[in-house]
Amino acid sequence: MGRYIIKRIGMAVVTIFAVATITFFVMNMVPGGPFMAEKAVSPQAQAALEAKFGLDKPLSEQYITYMKDLLHGDLGLSVKQRGRTVNQIIASKFPVSARVGGMAILLAVMTGVPLGSIAAYRRGKLADNIIIVFSTSGIAVPNFVTCTILMYIFSLKLGLLPTYGLTSWKHYVMPVAALALYPSSYIARLMRSSMLDVMGQDYMRTARAKGVSQMVSLFKHALRNAILPVVTYLGPLLAYTLTGSFIVEKIFTIPGLGSEFVGSITSRDYPLIMGTTIFLAALMVTMNVLVDIAYKLIDPRIKLK
Amino acid sequence: MAKLSFQLNADDFLPASASEKESLVVMRESVGFWKDGFRRLKRNKIAMVSLVVVILVLFISFVIPQFYPYTYEQQIRGSENLAPMQYSQTELTTMETGGKVFPHILGTDNLGRDYAIRVMMGSRVSLVVGIIASVLILFIGSLYGSIAGYFGGWVDLVMMRIVDMIYTVPDILIIILLSVAMDQPLKALAVKPGFQWIQVVGVNLISIFVVFALLYWVGMARIVRSQILILKEQEYVTAAKALGASSGRIIRKHLLKNCIGTLIVTTTLQIPSSIFTESFLSFLGLGVNAPMPSLGSLASAALNGMNSYPYRLFAPALAISLIILSFNLLGDGLRDAFDPKLKD
Amino acid sequence: MSGYLVDIKNERLSFFTPAGEVKSLNDVSLHVKEKEVLGIVGESGSGKSVTAYSLMGLTAYPGRLIGGTLEFDGKRIDQMTEKEMRKIRGNEISIIFQDPMTSLNPVYTIGNQIAEAVLLHTDKTRAQAAERAKELLTLVGINEPEKRLKQYPHELSGGMRQRVMIAIALACEPKLLIADEPTTALDVTIQAQILELMMDLKEKLGMAIIMITHDLGVVANMCDRIAVMYAGKVVESGTTDDIFYRPGHEYTKGLLRSIPKLNEKEHNRLIPIEGSPVDMLNPPAGCPFAPRCKSCMKICLREMPEYTDLSDTHYSACWLHQKAEFAAARKHPAGIDAQKAGQE
Repeated sequence: MGRYIIKRIGMAVVTIFAVATITFFVMNMVPGGPFMAEKAVSPQAQAALEAKFGLDKPLSEQYITYMKDLLHGDLGLSVKQRGRTVNQIIASKFPVSARVGGMAILLAVMTGVPLGSIAAYRRGKLADNIIIVFSTSGIAVPNFVTCTILMYIFSLKLGLLPTYGLTSWKHYVMPVAALALYPSSYIARLMRSSMLDVMGQDYMRTARAKGVSQMVSLFKHALRNAILPVVTYLGPLLAYTLTGSFIVEKIFTIPGLGSEFVGSITSRDYPLIMGTTIFLAALMVTMNVLVDIAYKLIDPRIKLK
Repeated sequence: MAKLSFQLNADDFLPASASEKESLVVMRESVGFWKDGFRRLKRNKIAMVSLVVVILVLFISFVIPQFYPYTYEQQIRGSENLAPMQYSQTELTTMETGGKVFPHILGTDNLGRDYAIRVMMGSRVSLVVGIIASVLILFIGSLYGSIAGYFGGWVDLVMMRIVDMIYTVPDILIIILLSVAMDQPLKALAVKPGFQWIQVVGVNLISIFVVFALLYWVGMARIVRSQILILKEQEYVTAAKALGASSGRIIRKHLLKNCIGTLIVTTTLQIPSSIFTESFLSFLGLGVNAPMPSLGSLASAALNGMNSYPYRLFAPALAISLIILSFNLLGDGLRDAFDPKLKD
Repeated sequence: MSGYLVDIKNERLSFFTPAGEVKSLNDVSLHVKEKEVLGIVGESGSGKSVTAYSLMGLTAYPGRLIGGTLEFDGKRIDQMTEKEMRKIRGNEISIIFQDPMTSLNPVYTIGNQIAEAVLLHTDKTRAQAAERAKELLTLVGINEPEKRLKQYPHELSGGMRQRVMIAIALACEPKLLIADEPTTALDVTIQAQILELMMDLKEKLGMAIIMITHDLGVVANMCDRIAVMYAGKVVESGTTDDIFYRPGHEYTKGLLRSIPKLNEKEHNRLIPIEGSPVDMLNPPAGCPFAPRCKSCMKICLREMPEYTDLSDTHYSACWLHQKAEFAAARKHPAGIDAQKAGQE
């Protein structure tokens, strides 16, 4: 097990490194640099600014400097938000996104798993058909559509929920619901097909032959096996929640890392763009490693290499 | 003790002829792979309905705009912000004097452009992007996957390591970065002779295609590879090799041909996924350039006026949901019909 | 009522599939005495497993019993509720399945799965159940039982897994053990061990066994009586000696003929049974074996043969047995009934 973990962590590090490199070079492909869009600065002022941020050095040197800083966990200074480091910005914005995202993931799992199981158990009957219809629609509707429709119904027409900010629990309802819809539907479908698969297995027949009741066989024998594919999905689920947050935070005006990232792109704040990309990538990679390890712990069949 | 419960006569105990025996043997008709699959597909009502919807959508997006009296960038003065089916002063006057004015079924936007045609064009853009992207993914992915799967060994190992790395890279982030980064260089390229079409298509769109080609084929590659791994163990492959067939020929003729079912299904399901991504990017402003509409950018623009003109939001939202939903259902139906593994 | 442990009379069972009604069991009658070993022999699709499962109420959806009675230990199985059936399953009647690889739940330990059977039907505590599980493992010949309790199915070999299945089946000392092709998935050497184990346990625990197999070699050694099934009917039934030395039905004869003998001359060809199995969606009107029978007569194609007693213990369903009688009857112009009366 230990060797496996080390191997995975090693690969993760390599990936993050690759992402950082790609981001660095992509950003520098853009001609004009970060100061182009600003009000006309005199050439001297521009040169001074560039020197301050080390942008006048050759590219390879900038790269090495950046990588060295990266290894120390230093993501540099923000170019547009003077006086704040990228670390500070991330540290202040990320918890907001994490809260909304975390609740969305929880909601998705807690609705998706039972719904999928019920659909499988009542295969072909009304409950199954309803769940299939809803979950298929749920994965088809892009989240900006969900957000806007929710906002229209609950804020504009019914006036029940607020449209922006995050100060009360009411503010969480729509963003979390909108963010959770797709994963919940996906998990429901996944769970359903996984359960159907498991329910047709021979060991389920053995359980019945022992005298196990339907209910117990489902909860004890089937569920534990059927949930495995859902665990594998947790990695992509996190990735989805992260990217979904861009839209949700924009529409509901939530001061999270997602909207910060989108903003940093339009304002060409290089260090912030890079720092956020690397941070998000590192987060996703770490989560994937954790999920992989968790999966191998749950399924005794997997040989730990 | 046997009981004779009905009349028997001596003839009954004569041996039966071969033809008499044959008449009893009823062989169920064997159907080919395609016929069988289509039969199953036709029985699937949901898939049939979605097929009809898809055809309808294609018709509305590609055929109708050719005959529509308005174009998507045409700004009609005096007709700004009309509600659905409302006519402007100028238009009313024209009609009174006997002229014909085609109604604005969905009204107009703030620049006087007919909204219905914009939604239709937006659908067209989304569909074109989705289909082209999926075809790109199909080619790159199946080529890559079949090579990796067929040759195995360290070729497979290396290729799959690369796939794993690409998989873990957060795609949306890279798309956004690339779109932003390629913006200027492509604009510079667009003014050069021979590259004018870049201006029409839009810089952002190109970058979307580039990113799709770079990143999104990995899913297809994985699927194709696992199919190939199973298929290449089949005996007809060994037979072909024994007859001296080259690797390329084996891959093309035997392996990929048997994958066609999976390829069709995966591509059909890739289309809505690509459209999803495209609308996402358009919503963020990284899609096609104005004035060409995309369902995502239409929705984004409609956000502000949501209170007063809700239909401007609902039309593109409904359109995109419908497109994605019907392609998904069709893909599901195709998979149920053509995938030998019974999904039931 | 009848003194038999198991008494199945005229069972008819069909599967109502989308393709139509598959008439799996077409009037099946058989019985098992206490402590007796009955072998049910037949090819795939003959209905042997379906019969056994119906005895335990384990008929898979969309199957349904549509006629006949099933009796176990004086109780009517076909009239029991699910709750009553559960008390019997794993307790008075146990079953071991064909494929030990897939019949054990991969995510639970061996100990857990054996103990479950104990806990379901007795009042033992967890600790006591674990003890019993250890006992059972020793009983079925698995070494190091302590260690095995904590292991998972994938850590054991095929033969060991089948022993575990037997342990689970015997946990509550059932009166009847149904073995559905228990050795088909195992290596030949392991087969012998498992069969020996079963016979051993049968003596020790005094239970009856229904052995379902297509392998005549297995039944020769183990079974007291044999029932031969074809296309959902018992076509012949008798003691082992009856069947092997005095086969009555053409199908049985064909099965026996098709076994290659060790002392066979090299150039002698194997003698298979011609033709293919019956389509159970449209079973023919007459004898189901008719199209493949060398001695098929005209009557065979028209009418389902009735059972003829060949001795006290031995009967067979074939018109050929009637042929001799009929021929004899023809010599007495007074008619068939008179002949019958004469024989009574």
